[in-house]
Amino acid sequence: MFELLGISPPVLMGQLLLGLINGSFYAVLSLGLAVIFGLLNIINFAHGALYMMGAFVAWMLLNYVGIGYWPALILAPIIVGAFGILLERTMLSRLYHLDHLYGLLLTFGLALIIQGLFRNYYGISGLPYQIPEVLSGGQNLGFMFLPNYRGWVVVASIIVCFGTWFMIEKTRLGAYLRAATENPVLVGAFGVNVPLMIMLTYGFGVALAGFAGVLAAPIYSVNPNMGADLIIVVFAVVVIGGMGSIMGAILTGYLLGIIEGLTRVFYPEGSAVVIFVIMAIVLMIKPEGLFGRPA
Amino acid sequence: MAMAEKTTATVPVSQTAGMPRLHKIIFAVLLAVLLVLPFFVYPVFAMKVMCFALFAAAFNLLLGFGGLLSFGHAAYFGGASYVAAHAAKVWGLTPELSVLCGAAAAGVLGFAIGSLAIRRQGIYFAMVTLAFAQMVYFVALQAEFTGGEDGIQSVPRGDLFGVISLQNNIALYFFVLAVTFGGILFLYRIVHSPFGQVLKAIRENEPRAVSLGYDVNRYKIIVFTLSATMAGVAGATKSQVFQLASLTDVHWSMSGEVVLMTLLGGMGTIFGPLLGAGIIVTMQNYLATFGAWVTIIQGVIFVIGVLAFREGIIGVLSRWLKKPL
Repeated sequence: MFELLGISPPVLMGQLLLGLINGSFYAVLSLGLAVIFGLLNIINFAHGALYMMGAFVAWMLLNYVGIGYWPALILAPIIVGAFGILLERTMLSRLYHLDHLYGLLLTFGLALIIQGLFRNYYGISGLPYQIPEVLSGGQNLGFMFLPNYRGWVVVASIIVCFGTWFMIEKTRLGAYLRAATENPVLVGAFGVNVPLMIMLTYGFGVALAGFAGVLAAPIYSVNPNMGADLIIVVFAVVVIGGMGSIMGAILTGYLLGIIEGLTRVFYPEGSAVVIFVIMAIVLMIKPEGLFGRPA
Repeated sequence: MAMAEKTTATVPVSQTAGMPRLHKIIFAVLLAVLLVLPFFVYPVFAMKVMCFALFAAAFNLLLGFGGLLSFGHAAYFGGASYVAAHAAKVWGLTPELSVLCGAAAAGVLGFAIGSLAIRRQGIYFAMVTLAFAQMVYFVALQAEFTGGEDGIQSVPRGDLFGVISLQNNIALYFFVLAVTFGGILFLYRIVHSPFGQVLKAIRENEPRAVSLGYDVNRYKIIVFTLSATMAGVAGATKSQVFQLASLTDVHWSMSGEVVLMTLLGGMGTIFGPLLGAGIIVTMQNYLATFGAWVTIIQGVIFVIGVLAFREGIIGVLSRWLKKPL
């Protein structure tokens, strides 16, 4: 059947894998956006910049301190998350009583600053980051060659996504979080420290972006602009999925990555815009998003 | 969706017919200054400021008076600049027809994107417009007629109405002045028309406007299209000035810049976006050698503006004078 379409299985599988990897990043990033949006009601425009920061922190840990990939996978998200908490405490928390669009404008400004600073000190050429030794090489699956690291990215992102989903949907802490999303005043009246929860939620969402950045560092070169264009695609993913559901954000991320990969096989010119076209179609048919609740 | 509510509601817009005297005086002084300006500053710089002033004013129609935050206005600005450059270079049209072509293209694009984007509100609206603008960017990057990374270069300046040569910077300046000043007056007229009043009603309280029988979505599509068209006029004119249409004009950072100009000057004011455009363009001009610092400074202005200075310069001035500006 593949031969009929003039596409050989290895090419198709290769692009599917590439799509799945892009989808992994879409999923982790849109998950972070959805978590933040749920409680703070803002869209974190700095998400792309913080993803880039995650990759840079990993690079700095390696080159300045000599800390390798595995510790960085834990440390970099913590550092990025702490930075996020700092931003939330000093700036974002002052905007909660205002229209939520101000949060978007503020985080856009923050993204410009963060990207500008990194561009100033590291240029735009991109810095290499080695794949950890354990994961170098690859597996021959018979129908295609699977580089180990790429397989790891997919597995790691799935673990993190479903771990987050489990925490929010199935644990007591997650129940508080969901309750605060519905009605923060009431939850506060029950004695839950809502501002603390908001702060930690933002830190966690941002840490997810940092985690995605570390995962991305060995695949794409570490580069100040790596998050800027990605975040706009993730916005489209979020519009398609609707931010009402955690699982929705995750599934939409993977699904759109795969669709993008398939488009690259069958109609390469369309691969850059296919997600936006899908967004247009979704807006026409189901404007609240695939998993969204009608407003 | 009542974003500009807090910043503009303090100063009620004059209900009397015609233009308030203060506004007449400001426009007259502005025109007088602009008429002699090219003899004192580099005309191309002045033309750039005027194009961005019209762009910001068009954007402000949507955000400040319609309450809709579009994060993708570069699509109309840059899209029109490509169409106008193509019209002048390949079709050999005169400057005024090229600008009209660009504006018409921006209007059509704005109508198409606006019709889809108004199906979501608030933050989603901003994300949808941004995503569509990114799509336009990718099209501009890949399409044949846009010249990809190179853009459309050495666009001929042509003869106005086929008669008056615009090769001379001063001649071109007065063409640009007529187009942009006319465009800004046109936007002023829209804001103070019955249509503009309905827009404000929708911005302040959408459910109430619906209950009063206004077809809110129709108004939103119209104002989006108008704003996109005028942004297109600005972009098309800019392509004639610089004889160039490039990816810079359709990039998301351009969408961010116009938001910044409007925020800095004062959204929902008449003169704020013009001042904001002047300040940002001047700043870019003088700091051009500092590279990435320009982006950082813009980011800092954004952060300060949002945290401490939401009314913008003209907004604060307007509150002090207790008069709408």
